[in-house]
Amino acid sequence: MRTRRTMLDKIWDAHFVAKRLDGRDMIYIDRHVLHDLHAPHAFEKLEQTGRNVRRADLTFSMQDHTVATKPGRDETTNPDGAQFQRAMREGSLKNGIRLFDLDDPEQGISHVVAPELGLVLPGATHAVPDSHACTVGGLGALGLGCGTSELEHILATQTIALKRPKSLRITLDGALDPYVTAKDVALRILALFGTSFGRGAAIEFAGPVARALSVEARMTLCNLTIEMGSRAGFVAADEKTFEYIKGRPYAPRGAEWDAAVAQWLLAASDEGATFDTELSVDCTGLAPQITWGTDQGQTIGIDETIPLVAGDAQARVKAQQAFAYMGLEPGAPIAGVKVDRVFIGSCTNARISDLRAAADIIKGKHAAPGLTAMVVAGSTSVKRAAESEGLDRIFKDAGFFWGESGCSMCAGGNGDRGRPQERVVSTTNRNFEGRQGKGVRTHLASPEVAAATAIAGVIADPRRI
Amino acid sequence: MQKFICVTGVAVPVLEDDINTDKIAPIPTKRSLKPDYEDMFFHRARRRDDDSVDPAHVLNQPQFARASIFVTGRNFGCGSSREGAVWCMQAVGISCIIARSISDLYRENCLQNGVLPVELADDVASDLEQRVVAANGAQPFTVDLRTQTISGPGGADIHFEISSADRTRLLEGLDDIGMSLKNADAISAWEARTRTESSWLQKAVRAPGTEIVR
Ligand code: SF4
Repeated sequence: MRTRRTMLDKIWDAHFVAKRLDGRDMIYIDRHVLHDLHAPHAFEKLEQTGRNVRRADLTFSMQDHTVATKPGRDETTNPDGAQFQRAMREGSLKNGIRLFDLDDPEQGISHVVAPELGLVLPGATHAVPDSHACTVGGLGALGLGCGTSELEHILATQTIALKRPKSLRITLDGALDPYVTAKDVALRILALFGTSFGRGAAIEFAGPVARALSVEARMTLCNLTIEMGSRAGFVAADEKTFEYIKGRPYAPRGAEWDAAVAQWLLAASDEGATFDTELSVDCTGLAPQITWGTDQGQTIGIDETIPLVAGDAQARVKAQQAFAYMGLEPGAPIAGVKVDRVFIGSCTNARISDLRAAADIIKGKHAAPGLTAMVVAGSTSVKRAAESEGLDRIFKDAGFFWGESGCSMCAGGNGDRGRPQERVVSTTNRNFEGRQGKGVRTHLASPEVAAATAIAGVIADPRRI
Repeated sequence: MQKFICVTGVAVPVLEDDINTDKIAPIPTKRSLKPDYEDMFFHRARRRDDDSVDPAHVLNQPQFARASIFVTGRNFGCGSSREGAVWCMQAVGISCIIARSISDLYRENCLQNGVLPVELADDVASDLEQRVVAANGAQPFTVDLRTQTISGPGGADIHFEISSADRTRLLEGLDDIGMSLKNADAISAWEARTRTESSWLQKAVRAPGTEIVR
């Protein structure tokens, strides 16, 4: 065993159960959260093979992907989703798994709700059959997205069988200017290094910028690690993290809390630990970022022009396709491009701090005429908190749709989609062709940029509103 | 699990980088627990704006209709964890994916379903891509996992690397969960140890009367 260990080494070694026949490490999963889109299939498979859920007490179910967002919704509001939600209900009940159903005051997107409930703990492992499980890395946990077969494997064994990833550290230097956020840092990383540099690795975000970010902002940063090609990304826990977790419903208490904190303090990478790869990004003077194309590497500062086609033949073809799909010309400024819709939501950017930041910009103003503006809180409790602060009024007065919590337009799995050729500024994580509906042109950005854009009706810099 | 030993068949060149799971298996407009995976396969990419089938798309060309080997670029299968993006490949008869690189999650989902994921270095990949384009579906290629070779018209056999563990798993069609459950005692031992050393990890119990704080 190495003497100076990285955080990844520590979590991995602490959760190592056995080496399998095929050389893979079986890693224990401390908390497993399921969702309506993929769990029904695994429940069915499990039943067919006559296997049991090993630790229903460490497993939780969330209805998020297929739920309607329309106020007053029930199962019938999105008829296509009903079969998923019913299967989820039946499977959870049969297997003794706590379900956060449609009408539960704590329902919401799994990656938003699990941290809120105190289900995510530093140094712990966390799995969800959804690639954005990496979000919870913001609390210093190892969040692993998995496929449906892997989900079934975790249900049956409470472990996942993997090869140990390589370690990759990104040091974020400098400090962020006002209106520049974790989202912008993540998009900048994608612009610099592309969408696959993290393959085979787990990313640790470190440095003064990572330390200065709030816990919620760290979750936004970690949310985008899968877009960098990594299954997991994390920020070491610190006092801010402990503060965030303390008192949450499922968090340890009393003497156990003290013992837990003592261990969490030792969970960070050792000084002088060596990483397989080290990268650094200077965030000084970073502008708000926005994607112009159809992958997240196609990102620029909001005050820049859409780049001319560069790179090898493949990259040029890709850029040409992106220009055509997005209806944009190289060389033109991105700011000022007319927008049809703004979506503030998803596990990337729909926590309370995101809604506050957006409301702050929108307050006393109105969305541009003809523009559709939507806010969908990341969880029902985020929604309630926002309502108690009067944020819902600010959004509604500004002409925004104020929806019930769920994934909504992030992937359109519940029927919330844009129309062909519609241009959307979205606080989500994927600008892939067709992701938000056939022909929909998605620009990823922070809630601040989305809010400024909603007011202006064109892509706008929040620093100038 | 389904075994993978060897496949001989048409190789289809889809020579793009960063093909994501939303492209491979777009979420259908009408959702279903039992979707038509064959129809889902590159559903939007294979159609024009008016939803009619685009005959020019490589995946719609008749010579590739029965392809069993899918040849593609870098970072194939990036995006979501949806296993449907592998199931829809299988639904149209594809059992081997040869790429310049494949995303971690997608590669894993292939192994879970008996689909062989092959990653080739750029120069070798480029040679194979040219040969596959030249063959244009008229002559078959063979991918043999036992010998770790790709053979076909237009050149010499190509050797590919795969870890011996993944190779065995595919060749023998090992039951993944069954393999892990052989270590059931080790799982119990881990749980017992953790119950004493880090008790909070082994229980997720809600403290009575607690609510989400902010
Ligand atoms: S909000 Fe989007 S990315 Fe997040 S879990 Fe839902 S569909 Fe996935």
